[in-house]
Amino acid sequence: MANKILVYLEQRNGIIKKSSLEAVKVGKDFSEKLGCEVEALVIGSEVSDLGKVGGYGINKIIHLKNSDLELYSPTAYTKLVVQHVQENSADVLLFANTALGKDLAPRVAANLDCGIAMDCVALDIEGDITATRPVYAGKALIDVKLNSEIKIFTLRPNVFNAGEPTGDSASVEVKEVSNPDLSTKVVEIKKSEGKLDVAEADIIVSGGRGLKGTENFKMIEELAEVLGAAVGASRAVVDAGWRPHGEQVGQTGKTVTPTLYVAVGISGAIQHLAGMRSSKYIVAINKDKDAPIFSIADYGIAGDAFEVVPKLIEEIKKLKAE
Amino acid sequence: MKIAVCVSHVPDTAAKISVGSDGKSIDPSGVTYVLNPYDEFAIEEALKIKDAQGGEVVAISVGTDANKETLRKALAMGADSAVLLKEDKDRDSIGIAKALAEEIKAQDAKLVFFGKQSVDFDNSITGQVTAELLDYNCVTVVVDLQINGEKVTAEREIEGGREIVETSLPLVITAQKGLNEPRYASLKGIMQAKKKTIEEKTPSPYENMIELVAMKRPPAKQPGKILGEDSSAVPELVRLLREEAKVI
Ligand SMILES: Cc1cc2nc3c(=O)[nH]c(=O)nc-3n(C[C@H](O)[C@H](O)[C@H](O)COP(=O)(O)OP(=O)(O)OC[C@H]3O[C@@H](n4cnc5c(N)ncnc54)[C@H](O)[C@@H]3O)c2cc1C
Ligand SMILES: Nc1ncnc2c1ncn2[C@@H]1O[C@H](COP(=O)(O)O)[C@@H](O)[C@H]1O
Repeated sequence: MANKILVYLEQRNGIIKKSSLEAVKVGKDFSEKLGCEVEALVIGSEVSDLGKVGGYGINKIIHLKNSDLELYSPTAYTKLVVQHVQENSADVLLFANTALGKDLAPRVAANLDCGIAMDCVALDIEGDITATRPVYAGKALIDVKLNSEIKIFTLRPNVFNAGEPTGDSASVEVKEVSNPDLSTKVVEIKKSEGKLDVAEADIIVSGGRGLKGTENFKMIEELAEVLGAAVGASRAVVDAGWRPHGEQVGQTGKTVTPTLYVAVGISGAIQHLAGMRSSKYIVAINKDKDAPIFSIADYGIAGDAFEVVPKLIEEIKKLKAE
Repeated sequence: MKIAVCVSHVPDTAAKISVGSDGKSIDPSGVTYVLNPYDEFAIEEALKIKDAQGGEVVAISVGTDANKETLRKALAMGADSAVLLKEDKDRDSIGIAKALAEEIKAQDAKLVFFGKQSVDFDNSITGQVTAELLDYNCVTVVVDLQINGEKVTAEREIEGGREIVETSLPLVITAQKGLNEPRYASLKGIMQAKKKTIEEKTPSPYENMIELVAMKRPPAKQPGKILGEDSSAVPELVRLLREEAKVI
C-alpha cells in the first residue's frame, strides 16, 4: 500500500526542529506497520547532529546541501523535494505543520498532483490512511482520505510524541546541489523581541482586556518568565495596540496546543477558545466566575488578576528555589 | 496591471458549529456566511496598489450562488469586477486552485492576492497551489509588501520572527493580519456594487483527491474546578500544576 515514506526534516540555524522529530517518529511507526522503507530528507547548508535523528527511528538521511540553501527558498526547496520524491518513488510524505511546512508541502502537492491533508492531529492506518484534522478553528474535526497515489500529510506540532531517543545513529548521505532556483528567497530573518513564540511554546501565559492597560503586561511577562513561557494575547488587547499581532491567540490569530495555557483577564470568546482549546491544561484567572473561559479551564481562580497573579509569581518562584 | 483577488465565503467566526445529519458537513441552520476575514487584507492590499499605481482589480470565487454575496462585498470595497466560478459540489483545495489558476490565466493577472487561510477548513493550501500551477512566484503569510517595478520584497511571519523574502512578478501573495487595515465599504461603493453584474463561468471538471469521510465533534472538555476567589487559592493551584498536570 505504501512503497516508501519520506519525512521532511526542517532545520533552522542548522538545527533540526523538534516538530520534525515528531514526524520522524510517526514515519518510523508507519514504516513498521506498513512494512515499507522510510527515509528522511533535509535541505540546508551546514546541519549539525543529523546522526542523532537515528535515535528517533530513521537511519537513512539525505542531506541536499548548498550554502545558498541555509535560509528557506520556496522555489528551490519545492523543486528539490519534488525531484527527490520522483527519483526515489516515495509515496507517503510527512512534514511538520510549521510556517515552513505549511508553505512548502502544498507546493509539493501541486507539482506531484496529489492529495494533501494539513495540520493532522491523528493518523490511522487500518487499511487506508485516515487523517484527522481540526476544522472551523477546532470547533469540529474531520476524517479525510487521500485518493491519490502519493499522499502528503502535515502534522500539528506538539501533538505526536517523539519519545526519548535511543543511542542509534543515522547514516547521512550528503548531496551537493548545484544552481538552485532562487527566484523566491529568504534573505534575512528578523527575530521578534519576545523570547519565545506562542506557536512553539510549551507554556503560554496570555493576557486580555481585564488587564486594563499595556503597562500591566509587566506582570504577565514576569509570570511567563518564571514559568519559561511565551506571552500571548486576546484580540481585544492586540486591537488596542497593547500587544503585537504575532501574540494573538485565536481563530484569526495563532492556534496553539501547549501543555499549559494560562488565561488572565480573558473572557473566553468563541474565537479565542477556538485557538487554544486543545491545550493540555488550561488555567483561567478572571474576576467574573461566569466568564466562558471557565467552561474549558481545568483550574480556575475567580478572582482579581492584580491580586492573584503577583501571589502566583511569588509561589512559583518559591517552588523553583527549593 | 490587472490584479486578481481570490475570496472565499465562510461561516462567521462567531458561528456555533455543529455537525449536520449527514455526518460530513456542518448544520447550516443559524450560521451566517461572510467574506473570509483574511481575504479582507487581500482585497485591501490589491486596492492600495491600484490606488497608487492604477490598474484593475478582479475578485474571483469558486462556489455556489451564495458566494455572490462575498463577491459583492469585494465589489463594495472597491474591486472593479467579479467572477463566480460555479461549482455546486464541494471541491477540495487542489480543485479550487485549479479552477482559480485557469481563470487567472484567462484574466492575464500577474499579481494575485489570497488570504493566508480560509477559516472554514483552515487549510492554507489554495494560494501556494495556485501559484505553482501558474508557475508564479509566491510568498505566504505576508505582513509587509513592497513592489518596485518587477522587484518585490515581502515579509512573512514565521515562528519567533519574520522572514524577509526577495522575489519578482508574476506573483501570488497570501495575506496575514497586520498587512494593512481593510477599508470599510462606503455607501457609494455598496450602491455601485449592487449595479455591477457578477460574471459566471463553469470551471473544468475535477475529481476530488481529498475525500472527507466524516465530521465529528471535538472531544468534550471536562468542566474544570474553580479553586477559589482570591489569592488564597494560589497554593492549591501551584500544587495541582505540579502534582496533577506536572508542568512545573
Ligand atoms: C472575525 C473575528 C475574529 C476574531 N478573532 C479573535 C481571535 O483570534 N482571538 C481573540 O482573542 N479574539 C478574537 N475575536 C474577538 C473576540 O470576539 C473577543 O472580542 C475577544 O477575544 C475579547 O478579548 P478579551 O477576552 O481580552 O476581552 P473581554 O471580552 O473584554 O474580557 C475581559 C475579561 O477580563 C475580566 N476582567 C476584568 N477585570 C479583571 C481583573 N481585574 N482581574 C481578572 N479578570 C478581569 C472580565 O471579567 C472579562 O471576562 C474575533 C472577533 C471577530 C469578530
Ligand atoms: N472557494 C474559493 N474561491 C476563491 N478563493 C478561495 C476559495 N477557497 C479558498 N480561497 C482562497 O484561498 C485562501 C486560502 O484558503 P485555504 O487554502 O482554503 O485555507 C483564502 O483566503 C482565499 O483567498
